[in-house]
Amino acid sequence: MANRIPRVPVREQAPKERAKNFDEVCYGYNEEEAVLEASRCLHCKNPKCVSACPVSVRIPEFIAAVAAGDFTRASSVIAEDSSLPAVCGRVCPQETQCEGSCILGVKSEPVAIGKLERFVADWTRSHGARKVVKAPANGFKVAVVGSGPAGLACAYDLAKAGYNVTVFEALHKPGGVLEYGIPEFRLPKEAVVAAEIGDVKAMGVRIETNVVVGRTVTVDSLLDKEGYSAVFIGSGAGLPRFMGIPGENLNGVFSANEFLTRNNLMDAYRDDYLTPVMHAKRVVVVGGGNVAMDAARTALRLGGEVTVVYRRTEVELPARREEVHHAKEEGIEFRMLANPVEIIGDENGWVKKIRCIRMELGEPDESGRRSPVPVPGSEFEIEADSVIMALGTSPNPLIARTTAGLETNRRGCIVADEDGVTTRPGVFAGGDAVTGAATVILAMGAGRKAAAAIDRYVKGKLR
Amino acid sequence: MYRILSKDMLSPAICRMRVYAPRVASSARPGQFLIVRVNEHGERIPLTISDYDVDEGSVTIVTQKIGASTREICALEVGEFLEDVVGPLGLPSDFVEKTDEELKDSRYIFIAGGVGTAPVYPQVKYLKSRGVHADVIIGAKTSDLLIYKEEMASVCDNLFICTDDGSEGFKGMVTGLLEKLVTEDGRKYTQAVAIGPMIMMKFATLTAKKLGLPITVSLNTLMVDGTGMCGACRVTVAGKTRFACVEGPEFNGYDVDFDEAMRRQGMYRKEEIEEDHKCKIR
Repeated sequence: MANRIPRVPVREQAPKERAKNFDEVCYGYNEEEAVLEASRCLHCKNPKCVSACPVSVRIPEFIAAVAAGDFTRASSVIAEDSSLPAVCGRVCPQETQCEGSCILGVKSEPVAIGKLERFVADWTRSHGARKVVKAPANGFKVAVVGSGPAGLACAYDLAKAGYNVTVFEALHKPGGVLEYGIPEFRLPKEAVVAAEIGDVKAMGVRIETNVVVGRTVTVDSLLDKEGYSAVFIGSGAGLPRFMGIPGENLNGVFSANEFLTRNNLMDAYRDDYLTPVMHAKRVVVVGGGNVAMDAARTALRLGGEVTVVYRRTEVELPARREEVHHAKEEGIEFRMLANPVEIIGDENGWVKKIRCIRMELGEPDESGRRSPVPVPGSEFEIEADSVIMALGTSPNPLIARTTAGLETNRRGCIVADEDGVTTRPGVFAGGDAVTGAATVILAMGAGRKAAAAIDRYVKGKLR
Repeated sequence: MYRILSKDMLSPAICRMRVYAPRVASSARPGQFLIVRVNEHGERIPLTISDYDVDEGSVTIVTQKIGASTREICALEVGEFLEDVVGPLGLPSDFVEKTDEELKDSRYIFIAGGVGTAPVYPQVKYLKSRGVHADVIIGAKTSDLLIYKEEMASVCDNLFICTDDGSEGFKGMVTGLLEKLVTEDGRKYTQAVAIGPMIMMKFATLTAKKLGLPITVSLNTLMVDGTGMCGACRVTVAGKTRFACVEGPEFNGYDVDFDEAMRRQGMYRKEEIEEDHKCKIR
């Protein structure tokens, strides 16, 4: 019986070794391992994994192709629905999506769908086997704002449908959070990010970097002066949150965004790049999401001893399980049920320690999670020379403020329906700019839906 | 890639370049800045916009050699390229949004220090185009380090020079000259604008306060992306944390915590010295 085979473990760089470098942690499956793992799939008649995937990749179908050793076919099945499979295979929270709904997971372990997707994408890349079919050019121009997951997915689908697509990126490199946010050791920049963006470009998408929409150009000028028929806004949730506690502006306190951008986008960890980054000795990272794990593991690799402070318990940690597991293996300490109340500086204004208070879980809040409440009189201190705040992000107000008729909600997110339709005709939006900080794959799903809606909008206008 | 159309050295350490960046040029307003990356390995360096020409599609930047990246920018020649130029960033000066009626009785005094003189120029030029009175104080350590004298004289109503050593103009600091203009010479101003080193803006603000004069300052904080993403530029203004890159760079001087801003500016000094040292060896 196929399901008697245990889940095939994936090879990884040893924790002690990888704690000192930025090379990718996970090596992925080889052909033999992938075929074996693929053979575990039960091919359910009603595959729950597909409906649990935000872009509805036909998972059993590609896995059957892998099991049969037909990796080219596996690749084209995935390419129907996903423009960034090598990325998704690495960063999707599979445990709450496809793998979380895999029927095998009830009694044993789910099929390693993420690792198989990654295998297919990497195999396709190294064998130059990617094939795509593209509709003939239809003469319509569509502008996409932001080259992160939402924008790339939208641009890819539109280009495939025959549109002339230009993506405007504010930074000097395309990729959005894939480039500035997620570290090299989890998502290699050249081998994976640049390569997948290369596939989007190969579809005919033009990417113009160094264009800040809302400053360099506006949505209005794109529609009115540059002749675009529609605009998709996938500008992400880029503004970092701080706690508003005393001492947050001391030297040595960074947003995770700053710390990660310096390392990832600007390559500060490399000697041959000029951007500086602080190599702190004792680092406290505040937060429990993927960004907190990324910041903690980056600080560790820069030579720091790292403690993650999180106000709930391990069960509530929003980070991918694999990241928490990797972080622990690498020697990162977790202080659960603790919340900072003050950062204390030395006489020169540099961080010296952080004062926290113990928390306990109270009643469940509206999200169903039990909300943490401080335990009076339980303050304690942790010595640190750097504090990194990874408390989540919110959308940048720049585009909404400079676009007439584009409504936002009270959290600053652009108001858009399921299809990405905003309050401004011809303007669509999706990803974190609409939902607030979420995942790569949800943003991609939103980008795809918006691409379909843009197609209907532009063609509807013709009649 | 952004081509360098012209280059001249304003002093041994300060260079001026006209760069082809048509999208930036057509959107730039006085008070805004841009970010330059000299090459693949360079930092993202915020620089003020010293002029812009929509027809030619060019922006003018003035760079002072203070570290490895700025030295690399100044080493480029006409016909060579900057890897990245992004902007305009930040909010325009508040007078850009004002009506002629609101501006008609305004009398501006600009206090320009060092390389900060360059971004004063487009502001004064703009005010001249709106028919608003603007005087300018340019200060430097010594005569050789004064920049933008002729350019400024052509657009302002009165130009006042001061040098620390008295080698040209008033002997002393910009603050001393400002005080003299107002108290001894009886010149009337409704608004001061100071752009220069943080320490100069701090003391210009103290002097303006003493004279009962409102003052705007342009903060040259640390920045990475310049779009509000990293928060490296955060400053305390009127007790609240603000991001200089998107909510500034100009703020009411009275409200700025300059001591914190100066401390934060030096956050990477250690790393920069090491980097600079490595570069000299390379």
